[in-house]
Amino acid sequence: MPDMTGKTDLHKESSVTPESSVTPRQTLRISELTFRWDRTQPGIRYPDVALNSGEHLFLQGPSGSGKSTLLSLLGGLIVPDSGRLELLGTDLAGLTSGQRDRFRADHMGVIFQQFNLVPYLSTLNNVTLPCQLSQKRRARALSSPEAEAKSLLTALGIPQNHWHRRVTTLSVGQQQRVAAARALTGAPELILADEPTSALDSDNRDRFIELLLGLAAEKHSSVVFVSHDSSLAQRFNHQLALEVTP
Amino acid sequence: MNLRLTLSLAMASLWYRRRVLALVTLTLTLSITLLLGVQYLRTEVKQSFTNTISGTDLIVGARSGQLNLLLYTVFHIGDATNNIRWSTYEKLQEDERIGWLVPISLGDSYRGHRVVGTSEQFPEHFRYGRDQQPELAEGEWFADVFDVVLGAEVALTHAHQTGDRVTLSHGGGKTSFSNHKDTPFTVTGILAPTGTPVDQAVYVSLEGLEAIHIGWESGVAIPGRTVTPEEARQRDLTPDAITAAFVGIDRKVLTFQVQRQINESQLEPLSAILPGVALSELWRIMGQFEKALLGITGFVVVTSLIGLVAVLLTLQAQRRQEVAILRATGASPALISALHVIECVLLAIAACGLAILAGAAGIAALSPWLLDTWGVQVGLRPLNATEWSIIASVPLAALLVGLIPALQAWRGSRKQGLGHVAPE
Repeated sequence: MPDMTGKTDLHKESSVTPESSVTPRQTLRISELTFRWDRTQPGIRYPDVALNSGEHLFLQGPSGSGKSTLLSLLGGLIVPDSGRLELLGTDLAGLTSGQRDRFRADHMGVIFQQFNLVPYLSTLNNVTLPCQLSQKRRARALSSPEAEAKSLLTALGIPQNHWHRRVTTLSVGQQQRVAAARALTGAPELILADEPTSALDSDNRDRFIELLLGLAAEKHSSVVFVSHDSSLAQRFNHQLALEVTP
Repeated sequence: MNLRLTLSLAMASLWYRRRVLALVTLTLTLSITLLLGVQYLRTEVKQSFTNTISGTDLIVGARSGQLNLLLYTVFHIGDATNNIRWSTYEKLQEDERIGWLVPISLGDSYRGHRVVGTSEQFPEHFRYGRDQQPELAEGEWFADVFDVVLGAEVALTHAHQTGDRVTLSHGGGKTSFSNHKDTPFTVTGILAPTGTPVDQAVYVSLEGLEAIHIGWESGVAIPGRTVTPEEARQRDLTPDAITAAFVGIDRKVLTFQVQRQINESQLEPLSAILPGVALSELWRIMGQFEKALLGITGFVVVTSLIGLVAVLLTLQAQRRQEVAILRATGASPALISALHVIECVLLAIAACGLAILAGAAGIAALSPWLLDTWGVQVGLRPLNATEWSIIASVPLAALLVGLIPALQAWRGSRKQGLGHVAPE
């Protein structure tokens, strides 16, 4: 039997919340979480994390340290082998896969490294996609999903003449900002960003993070931000560094 | 699962991949057109066949098989094995049981159209469809030796009007080198379209045929023995022989009796056939063929659908990122697999729509040729229930085969991680 050798440590002390005081205000809570993809690979043990509503987490670590796996766990695409993973007070392991899909649609926005957008939809339709998949997101949007999308695209500096174009005509920087607009639309409680700035140059990167965190604060969304780039870490309330399992 | 979203995603996705998918859709369209066309023609040809002749109780000709006799007398396809002597025809006229006789004399042609030598009995007694009489659209039936009445298509093809002068050719075929150019005919009438081989034929009197063959007894014009029209009029133009005769029996119960007597005639070897029986035998032979054809085209459609699925499966490899995005945004594996099924069915529906258009265009374009070459009247009409069910079966089959990529997508997207594909 594999022992939980996944060794991780916290670079900076995050807000430690006593076990008993779980409130709906808490966006994310991880305790004694372990996961392994298959029997031949060593398991990953994650450090305990608690994130209050509106707080952001910076997640750092080399390749293979389980960053993406953690995001998949948070997104409910996979379930932990042991430990607890609570989002908005709900234990994801207690939900069926269909309920987890629903939960993700209702409460989470996702940004990837690149190729974030559905190639055959226009910029605007990519942004309104979460509102079409979730009634809750639509209800939280401004007057209409389109109005919300337009306001976000304006805030993120996507020129109006790009809104109805196919997304493949956009630059990489623009694509990432459109992805951010999609993640933010309908004000989800949690935004998962998987190295969203790794394909951007430093100017674009700084602008992107500024806009993302600014708009997230406006929408009261928490951001879990994964990156290799430790220079970005100081912009976040909490930092977590993962290490490769030996 | 959001059906409207799935549908709009499927449409956008198909449009995005239209270049790759256009070719498989075309393949599918062609195969459905083929299937639909075969089924449509089956119905039309059968209808056209049964419409060719009616009211005639017996067809009498020289001894031969009933199909051959039917084909050359009614459809003007093939040739007679032998003639009937005029004396025999006269004997038949004397028979009290026989109400009427229409003599038919074949062998010549006018620019590829059969020349039918007959008498004034033809417009009187020949019927097609539901007891319809061939009517003149213009002019009147032949009265003089050198008068000719043209079928509707003949007049249309060669832009003839009454009063035009035409030269008949000896023998059949589109181009003939021996023309009866000394004895031209005058068009006195043009028949209204009937949708039967009548439209493709040229009608002259038996006397007219006799007149133009004076001096042609050996098969070619012998110089010095041919005559001018004026000389011909002076001669006795009673024919020696005719090819066949349509017979009407007054008391229908006697039909079989008359048929048997003609078949056993001591005058010369004769065959009398019942047109209805011969038509259904012809149809039975054709029917086997067209059933096989329908089966084959059915398989062609199945093959095209498999091709479509093969292309969709290939495209699936390119769609991993898109699936990852949709899954991350909260789409369920059911939505992802529904997307594949809907795309497959939408393509099939598009192909069916195109096939209906292509089929209609094809029939509109081919019907003159079919009538011209095969004497089969095929017109455009609304599709019947059988044809609609054939069309409906294609999207249904697409739904079934679409389950293959859908199942694969469903399994794949269940293993999907956030933004990356899980290790197999």
